[in-house]
Parts: sequence; C-alpha cells; structure tokens
Amino acid sequence: MPEPEPPKDEGAIAPTGTGGTMDLATSDGAGLEGLDQGDGKGPDEKARSLWSDAWRDLRRNPVFIISGLIILFLVFIAIWPQAIASGNPLSCNLSKAQQGSQPGHPFGFTAQGCDVYTRTVYGARASVTVGVCATLGVAIVGTVLGGLAGFFGGFSDSILSRVTDIFFGIPVVLGGLVLLSVVTSSSVWPVVGFMVLLGWPQISRIARGSVITIKQNDFVQAARALGASNSRMMLRHVLPNAVAPVIVVATIALGTYIALEATLSYLGVGLKPPSVSWGIDISDASKFIRNAPHMLLWPAGALAITVLAFIMLGDAVRDALDPKLR
Amino acid sequence: MAEPSKTEGNPAGPAEVVTPNVTEVAEIDVATESAAVAAIEAPAERGEPILQVRNLVKHFPLTQGILFKRQVGAVKAVDGVSFDLYQGETLGIVGESGCGKSTVARLLMTLEKATAGEVFYKGQDITRLSGRALKAVRRNIQMVFQDPYTSLNPRMTVGDIIGEPFDIHPEVAPKGDRRGKVQDLLDVVGLNPEYINRYPHQFSGGQRQRIGIARGLALNPEVIICDEPVSALDVSVQAQVINLMEKLQDEFNLSYIFIAHDLSIVRHISDRVGVMYLGKMAEIGTDTQIYDHPTHPYTQALLSAVPVPDPEARTGRERIILSGDVPSPANPPSGCRFRTRCWKAEDKCAKEVPLLAIPERFVSSTTPAAHESACHFAEEKNVVHAV
Repeated sequence: MPEPEPPKDEGAIAPTGTGGTMDLATSDGAGLEGLDQGDGKGPDEKARSLWSDAWRDLRRNPVFIISGLIILFLVFIAIWPQAIASGNPLSCNLSKAQQGSQPGHPFGFTAQGCDVYTRTVYGARASVTVGVCATLGVAIVGTVLGGLAGFFGGFSDSILSRVTDIFFGIPVVLGGLVLLSVVTSSSVWPVVGFMVLLGWPQISRIARGSVITIKQNDFVQAARALGASNSRMMLRHVLPNAVAPVIVVATIALGTYIALEATLSYLGVGLKPPSVSWGIDISDASKFIRNAPHMLLWPAGALAITVLAFIMLGDAVRDALDPKLR
Repeated sequence: MAEPSKTEGNPAGPAEVVTPNVTEVAEIDVATESAAVAAIEAPAERGEPILQVRNLVKHFPLTQGILFKRQVGAVKAVDGVSFDLYQGETLGIVGESGCGKSTVARLLMTLEKATAGEVFYKGQDITRLSGRALKAVRRNIQMVFQDPYTSLNPRMTVGDIIGEPFDIHPEVAPKGDRRGKVQDLLDVVGLNPEYINRYPHQFSGGQRQRIGIARGLALNPEVIICDEPVSALDVSVQAQVINLMEKLQDEFNLSYIFIAHDLSIVRHISDRVGVMYLGKMAEIGTDTQIYDHPTHPYTQALLSAVPVPDPEARTGRERIILSGDVPSPANPPSGCRFRTRCWKAEDKCAKEVPLLAIPERFVSSTTPAAHESACHFAEEKNVVHAV
C-alpha cells in the first residue's frame, strides 16, 4: 500500500520541459492584466444580473424605444380604434369606389367604397392579434417541446422529432383549406390555433438544436456537479443561452403569420367578412393595383411597419441578452 | 458516441480483474438517508483514503436506428480502473487523448452513470446514492473544468457564477453575506473583488480559470477533481494557476485528482501518479517511482517523448517510437491493451490480461521499481527525459 506523501512545497515551476530557463515565480495575483483600466466606473455595490443589465441596456437603445413606441401605438389602436378613427369601417358607399384621397378621407376609398383610413385603423386589431398570438403560441409551444426534447434526449426526443417531420410535411395552404373550411366562427382564434398547430415544429427544431448545443457546454455540467436541479439548469443556464435564435425566427415569423392570415382570408377560409383585417384588404386591393394603388399601399404599409417594429424589437432584445455585445 | 445515459444494465466486460494494490474499503452500511449524509459530512483524517475507486467501468453504447435504437456495440471508455485518493494528497492521472481520463473524472463527479464498479467516498458508494446524500457528496467533491471558455455561463455575472453554489446549497451561507463570501473567494483566487459584476468574456483565460476555481472552492469541498485545468492556458499562465492550486491545497487542506497530459506539470503537482492507456490503468506509483523508475513500456515510451532542452543530453538518448495508432476503444485488443504497440509483446500478452500489481521480480525488493505496473514483462529501462 503506497503511503501518501505530504504535499510538496515548491515555489515555482517551469511548466514544460522545453521552457528550461523561464522564471515563473510569479505571484498569484499576477493575472490581472488589463482589467483595471476597465470602463472607468467605480466599484458598483449593487448586485447585477443578466435581466437587470439587459433592461438597463434596452432603455438606452433608440431602436428599442422607437419599435416599442410603434408597438404600444398599435396595441392602443387595436384596443381602442375609435380614438383616432371616428367612422365605421363597415359603412361603405359604392359611388365612391376606388376614389383617391378626399377631405375627411385621407387614404381614399376601397373597391366597395369604404374608407381606407378607418379600415386600416380597425384592421390593426385582427392583424396584430393574429400575428402576436400566433407568434407567442408558436414560440411557447415550440420552445417548451423542443427544449425539453433537446434537454432530456432519448426516446421522447426521437418521438418528437418524428412528429415534427410529419407536421413539416403538411402544406400550410392545403392544411388551412382542409382544417379551416369546417370552421364557421368568424373570430380570429381558429386562425391563430391553426397557425400554432402548423407553426410550432419550426421553432421546436430550432430550440431543440440550440438546447443540444448549449447543453454540452461545461457550464451546464458544472451546474449539475454543484447539485443543481434540472429546472435550475434549464432556466438559468440553458434557456438564456438558447433563446436567441428562437427570438430571431419568431419575430420574422410574426410578419409571415400576418401575411398568412391575408392568404387564408383571400382563399375564403381565414377571417370572414364582416371582420376587418389588413389581410382581407390587401387581398381585395391586389386586383386593382394598377388603377387604384392607394387601396393596397395603406394597409400594406401598416403591415410592413408592424412587422419591422417587431423584428427590430426582437433584435434589440436579443442583443441586450448577449453580454458580449455590450 | 450516442446516448451515454442509457447504459444501465449493460454488464461490464473484463471486470474480473481485481487489483490487489488498493486498500480495504471500510464500507459503511447506512439504514437511512440522513445517516448517509452524516457519514459523508464527517471530517476526514489526514492520510486516510478519502476516495476509493474499485473496478470502475464505463461503456458508452453504440446504437443504430432512428426511433427504436438498438445497441450494436460499446465504446469501452473506462474498463476496470481502481485507485485510492488519500486525504491531502494530489493524485495525477496522465495518458494520451481518448484514454478515458476525463470519463474517470466525470464518473467521480457522478456526471455519468458508471456501467459497473464502485466509487467509495468515506465508505459510501456514490454511484448508488441519490437525493440528499448525493447532494451532500456534491458539496464535498467539486470539479475544475478544462476549458475556461465554456465552463462559465456567458450570460451570468461573476458574482452569480461563484454565488450559484450558495443558491443550490443555501445552508452553506446565509443569504445576507453571500455577496461578501463571493468577494472573499475572488480575493482568495487572486482576482479583484470589484469584478463581481463583470461577465466572463471580460476576463482572460487565466482569470476565467481562477473564477472556475473559486466556484469549485465555494462550498469548501474536500476533494477537487481537476480535468486538465491548465491545458487550455498558455505556459506562463499555467504556472500561475498551478501555484494558486498548490497554495489553496495547503490553505484549505484539499485533496486533488489532477488529470493532465502534460507530464511535467503532473510531476510538479502530484504526490502519486497513475498512467492510463485505453481505459485501463497501466502503472501507478509515487512521482519518483513513475518518472525515474518506470517499469511499464507505455510509461517509458511516454517519458521518452518529452522534449529534452539540453542538446548534449539529447544526442545520446534513445527515443521509443511507438508504431501504429491507439486501437479503437470499441474493439480493444485481447489480453494486454498495449500489446499491439509494444516491442516486448509475446503470445502471453494476447492471452492474459496483466494485473495491475507489483511485478513479481520486484515484490521482495525495496527498489523504487517495486510499484504497481500492469505488464507481464515489467522491468526498469533508463529513459532520458527532462521532467
């Protein structure tokens, strides 16, 4: 049985055989190069965390402020369109069909003679609801399922991956025609539900891949070695690092969902009149784009600004959650 | 290597090799979980074996199939390794890439489930523990990781990273003085306590490794497993980190398992050294025994590969060049694992697995060559080397 020797008490070493003459009797505090010049801030006694740092960062980011204001405004008119549009989106006058801008009707009239301004304002509710709810639903369902599958792996992961493949194989428009044609409700929820049903596999795949990559990092193993529970590892270590690609894809998908709502409405299976939505107006107006482009440009412009605002917001949030970009 | 978690019930292959060189395990039978926790939390005596590894085996199954996976083989990453770690000592484990060093570390941390074999910590088999007892073990055995760039969460501040052990084990530090404790730990590892709100990317490699060491020290553990803690650092920083680790060992009475492939660093820090080859321990002994009196041909070849900085000593020395590559751990050679590359190999080597034991010819002698070596033809060979 070998007797353990007492720990050695040597001062310094030459760490490799090739380093012969190097004098490495460096003091233990010698690794502090370059950090003292830092950012000039004194010792900050307040504890900081990723989220408080991210919020501090976002408040100073003009992109976040502008996109946030646009989204707040959209939410405001979605809840209370009467505040800025006094007319009725459904009162139309065929004699004014396709006419351009007039006093009191700044955006002109639609093919049915309805006021484009009023309809654009009222359309925000359906479009923003569909876009935001479908995106949230897809992001939550996709992240939870994909994240759990990626984190735990094994048999459940195999099952989920195959289910994802099946859903990927369903053509969206055909699926919409089949599933939504049996729905008689004119509300937005069947459309939102359909989008979540067909949209989650996209996010789920991204979340799964991202979680698998992050899970293999040593810091997750270090947390496990400390005795961290699965939920702590997932919420504190894996999720914050894996969520960036999900945010990017989700914000881009938001525009796609608003456009998909338009497509489905055009095919007669999405929102049904008398609902008012940008999608319905855009598909109606697209037939008259050469004679009366204003009918298309206003709702399409509103759609573009909405999508851009959400993409910019997602971008700003993703950057704020990455300390390396500060 | 797929699905390492699904290995239970996969019986070990050649686990019949019982190494006679290790001490008797005083296994403590405990009826309840609290008794297990109490046994784990009892302080260890200096010079007592604190960690006893017996015939540890880890096979990673190789699977085929998309939905229903079926096992077609196994990578025998660790295949019957036994050793003791004594309180207060440093045990170095060396070996080339892929020999199973890191898997041993992960098994000791119970980050992987052992296929077979036991790891006794103060008489408790930690491979079978769960719940509160396992958590108590984790408080006492901590790890320093190889790559300081992936071992720190990039989205947590240094304060959060070093403070996380206190969140998981709240009994160690009351909530109020955790921040002070974190700053003390930063000070202990030679970092400015004011860096507490910085993120890992704002630090250099050596500083990040110090943060990793501070996290490992937070719970005041008894054993620290260092998985190549300096191999990702440049040479001058390696020395700082090694010196820091030696200082901390004296200060906190730590026991280290130090895994590395740099022979000179291992000799510097270790009291005893084990040499691994293809999932098995080839030779184990004190640093003088291994470095100056190696008896296993693999150890001799490893040592002869260390560069010699002195041109005059270099001219006369014989370099042992091994032919061929390391065989696949999925299909290791029969008998002695090293025989396919060994210049001494004979028929016996293919038939009999050499035991890790003191070679017969040295049993009754007191030479430094009388240490455990898993070779049928163990003998000393004068290898000129620089460590």
